[in-house]
Amino acid sequence: MSQDVELDNVTMRFGDFTAVRNINLTVRAGEFFSFLGPSGCGKTTILRILSGFTEPTEGHVRIGGVDMAGKGPNERPTALIFQNLALFPLMSVWENIAFGLEVRGVPRDKRRKRAMELLELIAMPDAADKRISELSGGMKQRVAIARALAVEPKVMLLDEPLSALDLKLRQHMRSELRAIQRRTGVTFIYITHDQGEALTMSDRVAVMSRGRIEQVGPSSEIYDAPQTPFVATFVGENNRFSGRVADIAGGVARIETAAGLLSGRAGPALKAGDKATLFVRPERLRMGADEANRLSARIHHVDFEGSFANLFLNGAADGEIIVQAANDGALPSLAPGVELALGFAPESAVVLPTGGDAGTGAGSGEMQHAAAEVAA
Amino acid sequence: MSELFRRYGTGMALAMLSGVAIWVLAMVVLPYFVMVEYSFHPNLTVVEMGGPKDHYTLENYASLFRGIDLVNLEFPDDFRVFLRTLWGATLVTFICLVVCYPVAYYLAKVATPERASFLLLILVIPFWINEILRTFSWYIMLAYSGPLNIILKALGIIDAPVRWLSGSGGVLIGMTYAFLLFMMFPLYNALETLDRNQVEAARDLGAPTWRIHWRVVIPHAKPGIAVGCIMVFVLAASSYVVPALLGSPGTRWFTETIYSWFFEAQNWPRGSAYAFILLGLCVAFILTMMRVFKVGLTDIAK
Ligand SMILES: Nc1ncnc2c1ncn2[C@@H]1O[C@H](COP(=O)(O)OP(=O)(O)O)[C@@H](O)[C@H]1O
Ligand SMILES: [Mg+2]
Repeated sequence: MSQDVELDNVTMRFGDFTAVRNINLTVRAGEFFSFLGPSGCGKTTILRILSGFTEPTEGHVRIGGVDMAGKGPNERPTALIFQNLALFPLMSVWENIAFGLEVRGVPRDKRRKRAMELLELIAMPDAADKRISELSGGMKQRVAIARALAVEPKVMLLDEPLSALDLKLRQHMRSELRAIQRRTGVTFIYITHDQGEALTMSDRVAVMSRGRIEQVGPSSEIYDAPQTPFVATFVGENNRFSGRVADIAGGVARIETAAGLLSGRAGPALKAGDKATLFVRPERLRMGADEANRLSARIHHVDFEGSFANLFLNGAADGEIIVQAANDGALPSLAPGVELALGFAPESAVVLPTGGDAGTGAGSGEMQHAAAEVAA
Repeated sequence: MSELFRRYGTGMALAMLSGVAIWVLAMVVLPYFVMVEYSFHPNLTVVEMGGPKDHYTLENYASLFRGIDLVNLEFPDDFRVFLRTLWGATLVTFICLVVCYPVAYYLAKVATPERASFLLLILVIPFWINEILRTFSWYIMLAYSGPLNIILKALGIIDAPVRWLSGSGGVLIGMTYAFLLFMMFPLYNALETLDRNQVEAARDLGAPTWRIHWRVVIPHAKPGIAVGCIMVFVLAASSYVVPALLGSPGTRWFTETIYSWFFEAQNWPRGSAYAFILLGLCVAFILTMMRVFKVGLTDIAK
């Protein structure tokens, strides 16, 4: 039986505050699935609902087709990795890992054997009798994962487990987590506010804002084809040009903006006459004027990053314009004060309806609907 | 110690240390020293002291144990009181622990902070009233025709009034109540520092409630449990007011025995010796607790 995790119209209210609103989605068995969203958008709440620490106000959670209503955390095939890991400091490393087996009445020598196997899996074969306080941050991380894996969960739930680590270790642990997930085949549901983590590790990502799911899809789709203004601005950088849709033809929308008539791929449910914003990525804006869309802007600041530079320009956009320029020999001529001609292809841009609150607001009802369809 | 020297310099540190030493010597060691000295002499009149009858002896200590018959399990009166005190104090400690643990856990980990501080206040307020008054109010409560019996009878829980104060029930209830907070606060403080995620992690790994407490909560609270037990035991073993007020003739406490040797028998050496035996009992209990809970003096001082 497949162990899909289904969220069926899940809503969570605290008093009159709605922390999570009408979540519908299915996480497939064996998938590495991330919830990505700013702090306070309801990610932890979803994880607590999945693990059984909170019952949703409305809706159902099903794992492998079984309704989880009324089942406590100790009765679900899930294992939660806490934001602060919550290892037991008074037990040794192997006792921590074997705790779930101890609870299940597995005899001591079997427990120890299984703990050793898991220590092997996380590449810490010599750490069995160490104390938790003797471990580094990355080792604690791995012990927490081994402890959760020991109970052979169908679903691992991870609550920003890398947020306490320094940058280098965080990047190393990303690939490590991904590798452990592949090796074990367990479904990972991962929550994070760090888009880099979500995009690099996940098979699919759900982007959340204010308790709603804005969009669900593979990383590349989230990045290249955002469906709401929130996703377009929250995930990666985007240049914004707001205006009103002039016409739509063959999936391409033309929009009247302060920078002139610009065209881009039409987002879902876009109609002529709508208030809308055109989004184009910094790396898709090209210098030179041989593209369908053209504009000009003046450099006011350059951030040299090594293999590329970020140019910050003033022009007829919402906010400043950012261009990512490859370090291909032309960088020295790009100094503050220089006026640049910029262009981009219509395929590189996307036009999304903004219904008034341009760029930053939550998705409209229609977009919510579209996101839910992608999920289903 | 070296920290002290490093931080304040040699002169200042020496001044501080000698200050503490003088204080301890004058206020703590000397009075005890006089008592210790007494306890090793026979009971003499002032005139006889230093005279030919005066000599060092262990008689005052030995007399407590003289006449113990382990075969027929017969014990002299004073020793019987000593055993009762040891057993009673242990029982009070245990009851306090059992009563306080769930309450302290609730206050520290379940209740909202506002509710917890409100409840703690309610717990503390009765203790602003002095011990005699508090204990005496229990005397009234537990009296044969007192409110407790009236209420229980009215509720139909008992048919005839119960003589609460005739056995050791009154003493146990009174002491448990009197020393409850000395268990509550160390426990509460220890549990307060427990990360709630630890409890949830254990539950998530499948542990039932009892195992979560056994493997996670209690080990964490060990220093608090040890401190609470030590406090309650020492206070209970050396309590005088509660057994004096709530006790019956059959529930004499060792402190009462000491009192009567001092002031009724006018035998100060015997009284001193018995007081030191009680002190020895308390020290033994403290050491046992530290051993059992594997906590050091520094953990306890926290
Ligand atoms: N037990 C609770 N009672 C009241 N409000 C809560 C509770 N848990 C979470 N919230 C609120 O719900 C929102 C989402 O919280 P959370 O799921 O922790 O966000 P995230 O993990 O995405 O940062 C926050 O505004 C938070 O204040
Ligand atoms: Mg969170």
